[in-house]
Amino acid sequence: MKALRKFVDKIKPHFEKGGKFEAFHSTFEAFETFLFVPDKVTTSGSHIRDPLDMKRTMIVVVVSLIPALLFGMWNIGYQHFLALGEQVSLWQAFWFGFVKMLPIIVVSYGVGLGIEFLFAQLRGHEVNEGFLVTGFLIPLIVPVDIPLWMLALAVAFAVIIGKEVFGGTGMNIFNPALTARAFLFFAYPAWMSGDQVWVAGLKHGLQTVDGFSGATPLAEAAAGKIDQLPSVWHMVLGTIPGSIGETSVLAILLGAFILIYTGIGSWKIMLSAFSGGLLMGLILNLFAVNPYMEIPAWEQLFLGGFAFGMVFMATDPVTSSQTETGKWIYGFLVGIMAILIRVLNPAYPEGVMLAILLMNVFAPLIDHYVVEANIKRRLKRTKVSIQ
Amino acid sequence: MNRVIKLRKGLDIRIQGVAEKNPVSASPSETYALKPIDFQGLTPKLSVRPDDVVKAGSPLFFDKYRPDILFTSPVSGRVKTVLRGERRRILEVVVEADGKQDFLEFKKGDPLQMKRAEIIENLLKSGVWPFIRQRPFDFVANPADTPKAVFISLFDTSPLAPDYSVILKRKEKTFQTGINVLKQLTDGKVHLGIHPEKSDGSFVNTLKNIEIHAFSGPHPAGNVGVHIHHIDPVNKGELVWVVNPQDVLIIGRLFEEGRLDARRVVALAGSEVKKTGYFETMLGASVEPLVKDNVKEGALRYISGNVLTGKKIDPAGYIGFYDSLISVIPEGNYFELFGWVLPGFNKFSFSRTFFSWLRPRKTYRLDTNLHGGHRPFVLTGEYEKVMPMDILVMQLFKAILTDDIDMMENLGLYEVVEEDIALCEFIDPSKTEMQKILRDGIDALVKELG
Repeated sequence: MKALRKFVDKIKPHFEKGGKFEAFHSTFEAFETFLFVPDKVTTSGSHIRDPLDMKRTMIVVVVSLIPALLFGMWNIGYQHFLALGEQVSLWQAFWFGFVKMLPIIVVSYGVGLGIEFLFAQLRGHEVNEGFLVTGFLIPLIVPVDIPLWMLALAVAFAVIIGKEVFGGTGMNIFNPALTARAFLFFAYPAWMSGDQVWVAGLKHGLQTVDGFSGATPLAEAAAGKIDQLPSVWHMVLGTIPGSIGETSVLAILLGAFILIYTGIGSWKIMLSAFSGGLLMGLILNLFAVNPYMEIPAWEQLFLGGFAFGMVFMATDPVTSSQTETGKWIYGFLVGIMAILIRVLNPAYPEGVMLAILLMNVFAPLIDHYVVEANIKRRLKRTKVSIQ
Repeated sequence: MNRVIKLRKGLDIRIQGVAEKNPVSASPSETYALKPIDFQGLTPKLSVRPDDVVKAGSPLFFDKYRPDILFTSPVSGRVKTVLRGERRRILEVVVEADGKQDFLEFKKGDPLQMKRAEIIENLLKSGVWPFIRQRPFDFVANPADTPKAVFISLFDTSPLAPDYSVILKRKEKTFQTGINVLKQLTDGKVHLGIHPEKSDGSFVNTLKNIEIHAFSGPHPAGNVGVHIHHIDPVNKGELVWVVNPQDVLIIGRLFEEGRLDARRVVALAGSEVKKTGYFETMLGASVEPLVKDNVKEGALRYISGNVLTGKKIDPAGYIGFYDSLISVIPEGNYFELFGWVLPGFNKFSFSRTFFSWLRPRKTYRLDTNLHGGHRPFVLTGEYEKVMPMDILVMQLFKAILTDDIDMMENLGLYEVVEEDIALCEFIDPSKTEMQKILRDGIDALVKELG
């Protein structure tokens, strides 16, 4: 460790103002603080500080996503060989998925962090850690066969238009990962929906065994083929086609547990979002006029990206409601809208993405009313005390 | 005291080095200092020059804009130096004690028999007045005002805080005299916030002319600002006054003895102190006799006050005007390889992101490392977990940062001072300088109010 520190101290002057590599100052700083928590001490206010910082916060979210990622990798292989009708071992399936997944992750982080570093240098501030999570989320919410150039374009769009134009991490209005997905969804719909994209190889003319359908359960449901829905057990476990990280409700719940236990993710949003989804499902059941509306409300929560979206995307602290009361309302409305859009609008089988982006827009409005209520309570107190 | 107000939000920081509850003697300090920087918003004007001879109670400086408010020497002796900082700002006025302790004589008598104006004059002349501070804003109270109430908190929940039941033992009579003085200053009540278990019941039960309220819960349950919020909150245009318990004694002694008797018990605490304890010393005393040969090796930070809100001082620095605690903790100027990814079994954190949650009773040797770099606000709802008041902390701070005076008023800037948001600053993962920003906001608001 000492040798490493010495080396860093030795090359540091080159990156300071006036040094040879001044243009890479932010990049250097990002790598230095990645290696070492800095030796900075408190100069004003509280003399002691909690060791929790933004890096730790983000790494906890990344850790909570790992179960979904590992399962997703295995499922890529599993679905692929299922389509072929071949029997393979757990490791073979996982390895196939790992090889498929690695370039997606590399492109997502490479493009995103590159842009982040550039903006940090231009603005003269430190590189924000927000993209550690965004760059991990994006690979989990795209189909496995997404062309890498498309992905790169979407990531660049999300980081620049979704985040940096607003001032960077902490200032953005839309969840950046969902911005990337929405970009892909509207720009390249052929690669984002249908029966061909969810299983590795189908789009490239993979010969499948008879009777194999690469469609997601959500697509089946939207098409009215309710009888073809996989069993609830399969949906919970996640052995179904879908976006890479969204299929396994079990892996997602494990992540949710980590987020809630560490206090990083808002349990209020998760709970209210699932309640909202359940309520909307029940309402649809009540007025059911087609088989899709008849799907039991609780099963809706296991379908598609609902669980993944509510646990990892709706809870993004920057783009969701920032007040505690607001979080209850926000989460509830996200849940309702997700099921509503999914079931009643056949053009958009994946309502979760649109519901969250829509509520991102309304989050500041919800907060506004919560803040107003706080102000009113305070004013009311004044009136009481005058009397 | 009928019911206990139970507060749930907050955090008791498990830091090592709580002062042992035994009196420790140390050689008395040779020099004493008053520091104008201890008083929010004060512009001092000197009344003395170096080498002037002063008595205990002689003015050293006064408030330029409210010249009635005097700051007087706690000891008799000779003015040694006037230490100035940037732009000739006065940092310290140091008096070398002559060891005789000659007192200037002030009026004595039963405050309940005295007129309000008479009492105020006595407090002002003796230099005892600045112990009375106002909320909002934490300024020294204005003698021309009449507050709607006076608040005293009899317990301190901050890290390493001294135990007032030790400090105040057998001083009921003087404390009562102090309360009687305060009672004469307000049209309303004098409120005393106590802890149902930590406060000494036999002490509290003897007190008269006072409203007693019990509060329980983690820090900041002992903060007087929290008590005010729950008992009689400060709205725009309203004033309450606050006094620390030990300073009530100084007020009491003024009226019992007719002197500025600024003796004070100070707790010496912190993980880097070899022998902690309670010292009887004097207002403005140097900490040198307490800490010399009594601290461990290494780079240390000496703090007058607690580790959340105190001021950094030199090893030979002076105890702050309002402080009853000296904390000594290690500096944190070291690099830590991959500190942010390691499990962190030995890191105290409010969140459960470090595995220290496995040992909920362990105490920690906390240092001054910032543990990260400054970032914009990202996490939400964190501050509210340690804020036992109905205040939207992040929204208030956004109002301050955007200079929105109306919003600052509406969101409760009249109700908080630095110590009330110090815990928010401690837990903040974005490492925002919240106490500093809050003061900037208060300054902007005061300027606007004119």
